[in-house]
Amino acid sequence: MSLDKATVAKVANLARIKIVEKDLEPMAAELNNILGWVEQLGEVDTENVEPMTSVAEMRLRWRADEVTDGGYVEDVVANAPSREDGFFAVPKVIE
Amino acid sequence: MGMIIQGATGDWEVVIGLEIHAQVTSKSKLFSGSSAAYGAEPNSQVSFIDAAMPGMLPVFNEMAVEQAVRTGLGLNAKINKFSVFDRKNYFYADLPQGYQISQYLQPIVGEGKIIIDLKEGETREIGITRLHLEQDAGKSLHDQSPNQTFVDLNRSGVPLMEIVSEPDMRSPEEAAAYVKKIRSIVRYLGTCDGNMEEGSMRADVNVSVRKPGEGFGTRCEMKNINSVRFMQQAIIYEANRQVDILEAGGTVDQETRLYDPDKGETRSLRSKEEAHDYRYFPDPDLLPLEFDDAFIEKIRADLPELPDDKKNRFIEEMGLTPYDAGVLVAEKEVAEYFEAVAEGRDSKLSANWVIGELFGHLNRTGKALAESPVKAKALGELIDLIKDGTISNRIAKEVFEEMFETGKKAADIVEEKGLKQVSDTGAIEAAIDEVIAANPDKVAEYRGGKDKLFGFFMGQVMKATQGKANPGVVTGILKPKLDG
Amino acid sequence: MGDLTKLGIAAARDGLNAGDFSARELTAAHITAMVAAKPLNAFITETPDQAVEAATASDARRAKGEAGKLEGIPLAIKDLFCTKDVLTTAASHILDGFKPRYESTVTANLWKEGAVMLGKVNLDELAMGSSNETSYYGNVVNPWRRAGDNRDLVPGGSSGGSASAVASFSAMGATGTDTGGSIRQPASFTGIVGCKPTYGRCSRWGVVAFASSLDQPGPMARSVRDTAIMLEAMAGFDPKDSTSVDMPVPNFEAALTGDIRGLKVGIPKEYRTDGMSPEIEALWQQGIDWMKAAGAEIVEISLPHTKYALAAYYIIAPAEASSNLARYDGVRYGLRVEGKDLNDMYANTRAEGFGAEVKRRLLIGTYALSAGYYDAYYLKAQKVRTRIANDFKEAYEKVDVILTPTAPSAAFSFGDKSDDPLAMYLNDVFTVPASLAGLPGISVPAGLSEEGLPLGLQLLGRPFDEETVFRAAGVLEEAAGFTATPTDWWRG
Repeated sequence: MSLDKATVAKVANLARIKIVEKDLEPMAAELNNILGWVEQLGEVDTENVEPMTSVAEMRLRWRADEVTDGGYVEDVVANAPSREDGFFAVPKVIE
Repeated sequence: MGMIIQGATGDWEVVIGLEIHAQVTSKSKLFSGSSAAYGAEPNSQVSFIDAAMPGMLPVFNEMAVEQAVRTGLGLNAKINKFSVFDRKNYFYADLPQGYQISQYLQPIVGEGKIIIDLKEGETREIGITRLHLEQDAGKSLHDQSPNQTFVDLNRSGVPLMEIVSEPDMRSPEEAAAYVKKIRSIVRYLGTCDGNMEEGSMRADVNVSVRKPGEGFGTRCEMKNINSVRFMQQAIIYEANRQVDILEAGGTVDQETRLYDPDKGETRSLRSKEEAHDYRYFPDPDLLPLEFDDAFIEKIRADLPELPDDKKNRFIEEMGLTPYDAGVLVAEKEVAEYFEAVAEGRDSKLSANWVIGELFGHLNRTGKALAESPVKAKALGELIDLIKDGTISNRIAKEVFEEMFETGKKAADIVEEKGLKQVSDTGAIEAAIDEVIAANPDKVAEYRGGKDKLFGFFMGQVMKATQGKANPGVVTGILKPKLDG
Repeated sequence: MGDLTKLGIAAARDGLNAGDFSARELTAAHITAMVAAKPLNAFITETPDQAVEAATASDARRAKGEAGKLEGIPLAIKDLFCTKDVLTTAASHILDGFKPRYESTVTANLWKEGAVMLGKVNLDELAMGSSNETSYYGNVVNPWRRAGDNRDLVPGGSSGGSASAVASFSAMGATGTDTGGSIRQPASFTGIVGCKPTYGRCSRWGVVAFASSLDQPGPMARSVRDTAIMLEAMAGFDPKDSTSVDMPVPNFEAALTGDIRGLKVGIPKEYRTDGMSPEIEALWQQGIDWMKAAGAEIVEISLPHTKYALAAYYIIAPAEASSNLARYDGVRYGLRVEGKDLNDMYANTRAEGFGAEVKRRLLIGTYALSAGYYDAYYLKAQKVRTRIANDFKEAYEKVDVILTPTAPSAAFSFGDKSDDPLAMYLNDVFTVPASLAGLPGISVPAGLSEEGLPLGLQLLGRPFDEETVFRAAGVLEEAAGFTATPTDWWRG
């Protein structure tokens, strides 16, 4: 499995990281280098092996259904690069 | 009956599947302790977790699992004692984490089925594929500013149940009946308030068309439809659009489309170069959701009677018609109202009054049942007055009219207006004698074999007593007198 | 009174209790040291005023007889822990200007026990790195230099600022986080002790996430005892973290009995890698001999899937990171770089906000989860992880602790490995397997390399058996008698 430029561009778009055209090729090479090394995992027999879901041998805890949080608009939007009347503001989205 | 679109190349069948997003009735959010209530000031019901601040972690709300299991049981579905929360990764302004916590390969509820109620008491079985728990996203407001979109995260993290149907529906009516039935079931169960206007229930509709007998066609999905009427319009528009494309020799692209109720059309929502790849994987901040049989059985033991069971009981034990029973169980509040009226009374008479007079008045005045000036107890008392012979059915309708207008009790109205039925045989006999004396011709005709005239004499007697005479008593005296 | 910065936490605690000096004096001495150590670039944000205030409050509490376990002890906090109203950067441009309105559970626990924050320390950007060369706020410099060589060396990573601050006597201890070795490897590179607790022992709430299933906060200090004291204050069940384990926190200091007679110490043969440097091998052997001399039983064990741990780690950690870091989108906090539309704004923000190594890992992680590759990469790696965890499980049926080197080399020079990601990843070869299995581990300084640089040995334990790890580490520390310190060249 080897990544080409187009795949890198696609993955970069999925990850929302702008990569300029001239950097695609070198990035593909770097990623291929790492993925090539990862291929060794194929040597491990994982027939009938369950994937790890959690190293902690415990069950999911359930929280009681009570309102215990929220109610602090100022703290929520305090760090926002752009805000308006308690809203976060982003570039106009056209649906 | 399925919907058939007649095209130039022959008939087309419409295939519909639905994904209903139902907000779990709960106080707090799925993974945080902030309020899940509707309609607060922007970002006022947002915790640092809902806003996906760095280092924040989800903690699961036990109400969600109870409600999901309860709903699963109501959908006659398989409950999975082991399920997994996955992350569905995509970027959007109102999705603060950059992923939605959902359930992908291992949902909490598996296959089930429900019965939908169609016209004329007809029913159909629709398969349920699955139900899973997931977080709602926030809300983007596009119309507040000319060059910015505003984001309110109050809904971010609100618990939803996504109920996915099999592609079993074949007409907009069936889709509508399906939504109504799901809504009815979750409201009976108390797991979702079913309020489509506030967005606590909304549907993604998958539509495809095919020639009857062929395999499924390519489907399009219309997202976030929040009214049954719009859904039906969207299905009709979309099915016709697809038929037009196919008949012109084109192919339907699998895509997400938006239904615009103002224009009455659907349009492509997401361009193809932005093809999604959600990269689902188990959320490493959470563990699998596990519970045992005892947990399920405890919920099962606590289930209310659901609409289908109630309907069967109304038919079998109360002797109602399937149509009447269907009408009475569709809304939980109606069923409760009816049962309160029918408690210890004649079921059929009670049903007639609820469906006939009450619904008639509510429709005419545009009132909801909850706003009805006539409460179940009051209607029951009115029926009691009919039953014990205090008033006739006809007078009762007048009394009901008055009750609906003034909210007064039936007995008070009857008393005030002197509408009490006359059962005094002496007074009635006198009135009968007068009528017979005044209509010698008609009496002769009747005796000559024109039986139908009996109604005429009844009418005259009732008229003479201002409708207050007990019809049973009148018949008992009138008949022998006429027969001579 | 002497140089208060040269005391350890335990000794400072005793001195404070005895009234030999005040928390204010102790803190002032460390502020001076911190300022003098600026050339090391260990701190991103110094908070001297708050530190003095906290120390004053601490003295007041002590006077009232309300001293906590770390009363008056000045600490450095890795800038991955959210600290209320104090700039928290994760050493990334993406978090520009971010001042959390909340306090992480671990730091809150520390303040509750009376500790004093000197400032927020540097790290590899978003904890991704093994040399502290990826920070947006510049490289952290190791206080140690090779004998007769004045070139700067890396402190290891990602908790490089923590390690450098502690090794330079700027702080008595520091918090770190360990995802694949980020506490243990820098501890080894700087001659200090670093402990990664069992996954679930310390809360992750309020710690900027890298890889959720691996991240674990832990203490770094200059002795095993100091580390044990710190961990006891940091640890504890947190209902806000679903992976936090509801278990009582033992008195870790009390575990330091100095007695390991009969303890079974496992030596995994697979860690004897091809091309292991002779001095690392010799140090390891020395460690084995010390343990044996102290009465432990040495048992050779096998962890057959060790070889695959790094590859599995470099799929799992980036995959989780690709999702964890999706929240840095320029909407609610941190950097925003405008664009022609929303998606363009995201892509610009993230392109400018993340450094090269972070981007590389985000792309690998995104790819490993993407349609068609999930099974081959992510799922496969998680299955290999199960096998690695099972290897350890079997081993712990035979042994109580496992002894290995911490890192394959001593600290190296800037630029030595930064152009070759794979060479850099190999730094974690001995630390990553235990991370994948969620096990507790500790790095103890055990000797100096030929070039005069510190080298650490690693002890790994059973889940939630940090006590045995500390006990064995205490004995190892005692036997090694590591007292070397870097010359304070940075004072100029």
